[in-house]
Amino acid sequence: MDIDLSFIWAGIIAFAVLAYVVLDGFDLGIGIVFPFFRKRRDRDVMTNSIAPVWDGNETWLVLGGGGLMAVFPLAYAIILPALYMPIILMLVSLIFRGVAFEFRWRTHHESHLWDFGFWIGSSVAALMQGIALGALVQGIAVEGRQYAGGWWDWLTPFSILTGVAVLVGYALLGVTWLNLKTTGDIQARSAKLARPLSLALLALIGIVSLWTPFINEMYFERWFGWPTAFFSSFVPLLLALCALALWHGLTHDKHLQPFLAALGLFVLSFAGLGISFYPYMIPGVLTIQDAAAPESSLKFLLVGAVVLVPIILVYTAYAYWVFRGKIDPEEGYH
Amino acid sequence: MTFLGLSAEMLARIQFAFTVSFHFLFPAFSIGTASYLAVLNALWLWKRDEAYLKLFEYWKTIFAVTFAMGVVSGIVMSYQFGTNWSAFSDKAGPVIGPLMGYEVLTAFFLEAGFLGIALFGRKRVGDAAHMVAVAMVAIGTLISATWITSANSWMHTPAGFSTDANGVFIPEDWWQIIFNPSFPYRMVHTVLAAFLTTAFAVGAVGAWHLLRDRENRQARIMFSMAMWMAAIVTPIQIFVGDLHGLNTLEHQPAKVAAMEGHYETHTNGAPLILFGIPDDEAETTRYAVEVPKLGSLILKHQLDGEIKGLKEWPRDQRPRALMPFITFRVMVGIGFLMLGLGLWSLWARWKGTLYDSPWLQRSAVVMGGSGFVAVLAGWYTTEVGRQPWTVYGHLRTAESLSPVSAPAVGTSLLIFIAVYFIVFGIGVYYLLKLMRRPPTPLDTHRELEAGPIRTAGITPGAAQEQPLGGRHGH
Repeated sequence: MDIDLSFIWAGIIAFAVLAYVVLDGFDLGIGIVFPFFRKRRDRDVMTNSIAPVWDGNETWLVLGGGGLMAVFPLAYAIILPALYMPIILMLVSLIFRGVAFEFRWRTHHESHLWDFGFWIGSSVAALMQGIALGALVQGIAVEGRQYAGGWWDWLTPFSILTGVAVLVGYALLGVTWLNLKTTGDIQARSAKLARPLSLALLALIGIVSLWTPFINEMYFERWFGWPTAFFSSFVPLLLALCALALWHGLTHDKHLQPFLAALGLFVLSFAGLGISFYPYMIPGVLTIQDAAAPESSLKFLLVGAVVLVPIILVYTAYAYWVFRGKIDPEEGYH
Repeated sequence: MTFLGLSAEMLARIQFAFTVSFHFLFPAFSIGTASYLAVLNALWLWKRDEAYLKLFEYWKTIFAVTFAMGVVSGIVMSYQFGTNWSAFSDKAGPVIGPLMGYEVLTAFFLEAGFLGIALFGRKRVGDAAHMVAVAMVAIGTLISATWITSANSWMHTPAGFSTDANGVFIPEDWWQIIFNPSFPYRMVHTVLAAFLTTAFAVGAVGAWHLLRDRENRQARIMFSMAMWMAAIVTPIQIFVGDLHGLNTLEHQPAKVAAMEGHYETHTNGAPLILFGIPDDEAETTRYAVEVPKLGSLILKHQLDGEIKGLKEWPRDQRPRALMPFITFRVMVGIGFLMLGLGLWSLWARWKGTLYDSPWLQRSAVVMGGSGFVAVLAGWYTTEVGRQPWTVYGHLRTAESLSPVSAPAVGTSLLIFIAVYFIVFGIGVYYLLKLMRRPPTPLDTHRELEAGPIRTAGITPGAAQEQPLGGRHGH
């Protein structure tokens, strides 16, 4: 019983993190590509396309963090000090990103400064999330129940690579979202921008995928040992399919398909990570079961999660439905 | 290792105090504002009086800016437990974590999910669904306040748990954990404080505009509603505050001793020290101005009641007295000023001069930020008074710290200080700018020039500077 609950919770936390990545991914992506859209009017449309939903999207990050503390407190207590600087920089960046939505309307003269804050905040937040991921994949030094490394251990070529990969990936989500939600010039430029971003992202996914198995033996076993390799091989196959769908969508002026395909790339990369990690929360050191909170904590919050997460999904879907369709640049969101 | 002469523990405490203080200012205001918006929208739907709709639109923009700052500063909090206080998270996470998890699931998603519709969606979903969305945002803020004060209260008056060999708190009875002894008092006291904070801010804005144009109908409505709140809620708050204090005396007597500046135990009626400077080293409150027996009368409701002094506890189990002593007096002082303004407004209302009393309105303007000061002062009183514990009596602050080095905590602290002062400083400036806009007169349709209103909504910049949005729809 104990075992089941901790694995159910690992699934829920993984879902929250994935939901955050794909949802806030396109929000952050729009900020990342801000420099390619210089006109104030274009930027108004771009931020308006996410203004009603970004806050809900970011809440998944709070669920990921708060949930981890609730059900895997030991993992939370080890991972956060290990990723101290990337986390702090991500939080500070998210501040600049978040307030820009409101502040850029509150001033005439300084709005370009908040646009700059929106860009740098989105970009650094994305980069730091990727770096944090890479640092976790490459492993964390643990002694007893505590992190045992220094405060710069996270900075390695591998973590920088994953940082750039996430940055590029979010940018792709952002432009495919704009391709879906906007019309005319903004859409055309977004679709055009999506092509080099797609190629860059696929290349980065390829490099990270080839590098990861050589970081430690466990990963290598997962991907190249028999019989796990048989199941693992579905991931690259499906990735290739998504890549084709993405490219087909972009070259045939599809609006929804590139966005869905880009989401698919993220879901599959995430699944690939899961294959590498399972059953660990911190690779090679702390398993899902070791990290789990006492059963009374898992049970108590699970009751709520089982009832509330579906309800949350319903009203979140409703909020997206209310603001469905292409943005009318003349309407704004009013 | 130290950073600028400060230990990692002290830096982490400063960082938490700094970030949570900034953060708390925003929800303290947005909790009340969300409810105020729900009331205004309901009044508009009920009476179909344009004044309420325009007030809704006026405060909506202010709410949106405040809420955004609350969200982004709140995310910092949810990660700071791990970055700086990982030992606390490891041990107390199984209890505190699920409470905060419920806050996310029942409140944050509710607020965030309906905020977009509440701010931008009136035309898209119609009046009824829009009202539901506005109400959901308001209810969300209250649910959030409930969970977080429960989690905080548990740190003051822990209950319903056992501990294992690693020092991890194992939840045994969630009912006892949630409804721990100080929770009901702290929750009501905090929510009322948030309502009063908003009421005095709204009252100040109304008064400011009344001083310029005493015929402005929306300014009158704002001012009148705020003064009703001041007159009715302040006495309730003082009563609740007294109950909360008695509860603290029962469960955390050392905190009360620090608040009162008592080092000696008084068996035969304790004085009330009005002013003075507590000195922990000398174990005495210097320059004390006292009223004999009054301390016992307030705390024990009898003249000779025994009040324990700080010397009852070993030095390593006492909070430092100076901060709680001062902040408690600031909070109580503001409370009585609020009561005074509320009574004054009743008197003016009774005489029919509520809108024609410049000195009342000037006082209301001066008191506009008083709620924020009182809320922070109250928090400092209770949180500093909890020291040297994070989980009162069970887990010491020094044992709660992450294994991070002082330079790391110091660097991040400096980053936070710089970013918070710049970003939130400018944010507060924008809020004041929004509040300075006069509420639009009802008999004209010049609202586009005047700033954000219904059609311009959250993006009044559009109305101010270029044609996107705002210009159509009338």
